[in-house]
Amino acid sequence: MSQHLIALPIVLPMLAALVLVLLAGRIPDRHQRLLSVAFTALLVLVNLALLSRASGGEVAFYALGNWQAPFGIVLMLDRLSALMLTLTSVLAVGCVLFACAGDDTRGSYFHALFQLQLMGLDGAFLTGDIFNLFVFFEILLLASYALLMHGGGKARIGAGLHYVVLNMTGSALFLVALGVLYGATGTLNMADMARRVASLSSDQTALVTAGGLLLIVVFSLKAALLPLYFWLPHAYAAAPAPVAALFAIMTKVGLYAILRMQTLVFAGSPAAPAIDTWLWWSGLATLALAAVGVLAARDLRTLIAYLVLISVGTLLAGTALQSPAANAALLYYLPHTTLICGALFLIAELIGRQRGKAGTHLVRGRRLYQRFLLGGLFLVAAIAVAGLPPMAGALGKLMLLQAVEGSARLWFWPLLLLAGLCTLVALSRAGSVFFWASYRGEVATGRVSRTQLSGVLWLLASAPLLVLFGGPMSAFTLATAQQLAQPQAVIAELLGDAAAAQASQFHEIPGEAP
Amino acid sequence: MEALFSLVVGVLTASGVYLLLRARTFPVIIGLSLLSYAVNLFLFSSGGLRTNAAPVIGASLAPTDPLPHALVLTAIVIGFAMTAFVVILAVRARSELGSDHVDGQHGEEEGPR
Repeated sequence: MSQHLIALPIVLPMLAALVLVLLAGRIPDRHQRLLSVAFTALLVLVNLALLSRASGGEVAFYALGNWQAPFGIVLMLDRLSALMLTLTSVLAVGCVLFACAGDDTRGSYFHALFQLQLMGLDGAFLTGDIFNLFVFFEILLLASYALLMHGGGKARIGAGLHYVVLNMTGSALFLVALGVLYGATGTLNMADMARRVASLSSDQTALVTAGGLLLIVVFSLKAALLPLYFWLPHAYAAAPAPVAALFAIMTKVGLYAILRMQTLVFAGSPAAPAIDTWLWWSGLATLALAAVGVLAARDLRTLIAYLVLISVGTLLAGTALQSPAANAALLYYLPHTTLICGALFLIAELIGRQRGKAGTHLVRGRRLYQRFLLGGLFLVAAIAVAGLPPMAGALGKLMLLQAVEGSARLWFWPLLLLAGLCTLVALSRAGSVFFWASYRGEVATGRVSRTQLSGVLWLLASAPLLVLFGGPMSAFTLATAQQLAQPQAVIAELLGDAAAAQASQFHEIPGEAP
Repeated sequence: MEALFSLVVGVLTASGVYLLLRARTFPVIIGLSLLSYAVNLFLFSSGGLRTNAAPVIGASLAPTDPLPHALVLTAIVIGFAMTAFVVILAVRARSELGSDHVDGQHGEEEGPR
């Protein structure tokens, strides 16, 4: 039984989505919400079990349909994927709780789509096969298209059209990259591909480098790196709040894929320096431009979307360093920034509802109905996201700053610190407009319900908790980074000598793949 | 055959990219379809081009690689679903935004509707 546990994070949301589709309209909304929350909570438990299993340091594989690698598709569970799985489900609980307060009934099938999205995310984090990664990307994208436009409206349809067309183009590029890599290496299994990339003849290296860079471009589109980020503020600002909060993890899927490719497939290959250079400079440029965007934003949602971009820039510049210390630091920073950005989207929605027509625009408006509650939540989230001391953001940034060495510091330190300052300035300006510069009258609508509050608090709790458990957490991320630094262990674990011999035998059949 | 094949893929990609950069949703969708055709053909060729070779060991003297067939099949299915989705979305955007411009603005040459 326990070896099948690895497939459960994919199977459970799939079943949940099926159940919720079949029951939609047949049972009252209340029961549907209960089911959805229960399924999501169950997913957290499953993922925690996987996390505790992976933290032992063992890399577990699960051959789907018992077709052994490198021919079949395998799921791969190591510390990194367990961490991402847990983060996804924890974020999802907050979002689904918030959505249960009424956002889910503005369109149809919210909960089913939400579970499908979780299935795609979990699958992308678990799979050890590069084409399977594409399939799970498509699943999560298809669900995200529908979720982004949940509830309809001009802004959402307009933003959704751009998002869909861009991602379809990205998928086409993804397939081209896969074709190139398959043509050059003759395999789609990540560990197997890593092995073959390492022992490549010189005329194939150019092909693999081209394929690898193309793949990184696709993942940069998902992660919203500089030349490819312009879709993000538009889309995230238009999405319904719980969906925007869940989308905080979507950019991290791209980041995860880049990290996986860099540490497993292209580690030490001729493609690696090119990838690192590209990630480093565009990560820094994203950081700088996003900081300007945060200052220039005239709507709280757009502002938060740019905060997501700041974290993307920070994390991707960190991955370019390719040192275990940097990877450990960014994996510590990643859960914090994801959860807090999610919480901020939810808080923005709550603020917008109590301001009547002014919404989340940064203009003077009516006085907030529950200004102390919302002000308190906003203050905590703002401190956390800006990376000020009592919260985990400060610790994460400090670890990142320390992990940067040599002349790279000259670029990274001022940019990261200035971006933090811009965040602080922009958020304090937003806070003073919302909570102090207001007219007398109040809008007595949009009272914060208990489920909404519990969703926000669940996400916000991560900031102090990550500090309280900073020791074990940073030890875990360091162990993760060390595990990532040894891709040979994964390859040896998956493809023992017998499998390797079998594979070479297969390729000696006349008419083998080029 | 390789030259013809790559020419076809190249022309399809070029037309696809050109149409993708148009301002109306219909050409954009056609561009996306052309691009996905090009990608499917490209994927198909990633196992090597061979005539009279079935992807089954024993069925012909030199069997061709079966995996690209499976990949193309998956890509076609996904691409088909996505195209259907984006067509519906474009129709919806036309009715919601009042124009088929991708940014939802009225075209200059046609004026307000």
